Amino acid sequence: MKISGAKTVVEILIEQGCDTIFGYPGGQVIDLFDELYNAKERIRHILTADEQGAAHAADGYARSTGKVGVVIATSGPGATNLVTGIATAYLDSVPIVAITGNVSCDFIGRDSFQEVDIVGITMPITKHNFIVKDIKDLADTLRTAFKIAKSGRPGPVLVDIPKDIQLAQYEFEANAQPVIPYPLIFSSEEKLKKAAELINASERPYIYFGGGIISGKASAQIMALADKIDAPMGCSLMGLSAVPSDYPRFLGMQGRHGHYASTVAEDEADLIITLGARFSDRSTWETSRSLKKFRIIHIDIDGAELNKNIPADLSIRGDILDAVERLTAMIEEKKHPQWSERIAKLREEEKRLTKSAHKKIKGKLSPYDIIDTISSYAPDDAIVVTDVGQHQMWTAQRYPFKKPRTFLSSGGLGTMGYGLGAAVGAAMATGKRVILFTGDGSFGMDLNELATAVSHELPITIVIMNNGVLGMVRQWQTLYLDKHYSNTTLDRKTDFVKLAEAFGAEGGRACDTKQLKKLAEKAFSCSVPFIIDCAVDSDEFVLPMLPPSGSVDDIITEIK
Amino acid sequence: MDQYVIGVIVANVSGVLSRVSGMFTRRGFNIDSLTVGETESSGFSRITIAFHGDEDIKERILHQLQKLYDVREVEVMDKNETVIRELLLIKVRNKAEIRQDIMTAVEIFRSKIVDYSPTSLTCELTGETSKIDAFIELLKPFGIMEMCRTGIVAIERGENCLKTVK
Repeated sequence: MKISGAKTVVEILIEQGCDTIFGYPGGQVIDLFDELYNAKERIRHILTADEQGAAHAADGYARSTGKVGVVIATSGPGATNLVTGIATAYLDSVPIVAITGNVSCDFIGRDSFQEVDIVGITMPITKHNFIVKDIKDLADTLRTAFKIAKSGRPGPVLVDIPKDIQLAQYEFEANAQPVIPYPLIFSSEEKLKKAAELINASERPYIYFGGGIISGKASAQIMALADKIDAPMGCSLMGLSAVPSDYPRFLGMQGRHGHYASTVAEDEADLIITLGARFSDRSTWETSRSLKKFRIIHIDIDGAELNKNIPADLSIRGDILDAVERLTAMIEEKKHPQWSERIAKLREEEKRLTKSAHKKIKGKLSPYDIIDTISSYAPDDAIVVTDVGQHQMWTAQRYPFKKPRTFLSSGGLGTMGYGLGAAVGAAMATGKRVILFTGDGSFGMDLNELATAVSHELPITIVIMNNGVLGMVRQWQTLYLDKHYSNTTLDRKTDFVKLAEAFGAEGGRACDTKQLKKLAEKAFSCSVPFIIDCAVDSDEFVLPMLPPSGSVDDIITEIK
Repeated sequence: MDQYVIGVIVANVSGVLSRVSGMFTRRGFNIDSLTVGETESSGFSRITIAFHGDEDIKERILHQLQKLYDVREVEVMDKNETVIRELLLIKVRNKAEIRQDIMTAVEIFRSKIVDYSPTSLTCELTGETSKIDAFIELLKPFGIMEMCRTGIVAIERGENCLKTVK
């Protein structure tokens, strides 16, 4: 049967298992939206406040479920508004498919109204992208886009579809050629044996893992490995929630604002077993590791990450679940009493440091108190989303995560304004309670999505750590720029409670724990978005802090 | 820093050259020379890239190229087992007092005069990069009006081939 290109897009989305997609209409996707109208019983389209919000929502949908998120935007400004969202997904390996309309093929290259070369623009921030210039290729191109997005190391794919292709008629066969997924990559047996030898010989092993454990579904496997070799573990920001925060061997996030115990433990280890992580400059603090005495095993699905940032003694490319399972079977069971003792000491030291880091200030809430209070009211399966800045690091350090895919945060790109869009996506995808920790700076960048959250009555609890400043940059200005607070003091008169009301949400302001508890109780029984505006002192710092190009000896634990 | 020459077989689709050259720009790798052209099968093009770098940079470039969806094969060409050629077209002033010197250079380098006018001479030369460089040096004193070189192409000796995926 012949159907239009626009209908083909919708049919493929349904075929690929999409139940909910996000986007914003416009001139060059008007026919596509007409087909979405016709198919509204089979696929749900969520209209966001802008395309960036839609891209982050597709990202939140993907991160919270593991499925491919889909976003649709029109040509020109619609397409360029996706760029930050696509780059965010690219840096954090999130599978999304972005579909953009474009002007008809005849008009391409003539600077037509709302024409941009979105394929050219997004080339460096997608796994791959396509422009479809022949209706014959449309269905299979879309199928391939899904295949690329979710295979290997996941990532975003963009498909640009000119208007005339959406209007053209072509024979459509449902599931004509089922796309065969790429085969799993199995690690070399020989290399795994070498890894086993290194692990068997190690006295002080340490496991450093990243987001690959979540996308590779290897949480249980890395815990089994750690148990067998009696090793502590720490992770990058992207690895958070892969193992429960209270898992006894887990020392927390490591790196720039990581936990003291994990950061120091990694430094003192004689073997670092790196699993599904990429040694980003925020989770790793020295680029010349070769000077150190420890050895590094690096296992990742992406061969290009091996020896990219840090040279490893042994690098293995392969599916992480398979690799860890086979590796665990090869190694000897070990106990390292001395090493465990040292780790216990580091944990104690960390407790002491944490206590002194946040002082009580009248009329203000300490960041950790906010997180502790909120988490005590939150259901176990709540999904925690953050924006970017101090609040993000505090949440990463403190929130007790219990299950994989319950922490959504822009790690690689560090996108302020990511949070609310992603929260909308996660709430839509899972139907679960979503908690957004944000700052007054970040929230100013994405609060327009409150409109979307209210329209769909999403149970999102928005916790604003309101310190009146752009805290993370201010922290650097305090430390390194003689307290020249250039453009980091917001000095705004925004009333977030009134703002909540204006959008049709609810909210309240908390200046002490009692007020916070009262509001939390209300917020978590509320089925619409609820803003808790928390007063935080502008001189709260994220600690510990490993200064740039410093070593563990330079960790800052106090700022006066 | 060594010079490496790599052969890359890519799908013959629009934008592929941007993807390959863009990867070099984005990752901060410098290209000495890049050529692209048809292959024995119409579905694929062949890109020959020369760059300077150490072993580590070479490995990173190979990995990043292999990740590109349109890239089918990547191979570092072993210079001892590879025929490497470049083509030069160079235009110099045609003056009576230097004509004989130019002719001698052309003859010794086995170059060819491909265009001759009362005021200019255009020579064509094929060879390895070092030969081309030497020829240009030789002609410099005579006044080079303009020149262009293709960048290198390379193919392995013997029956070894940079296979394309069928």
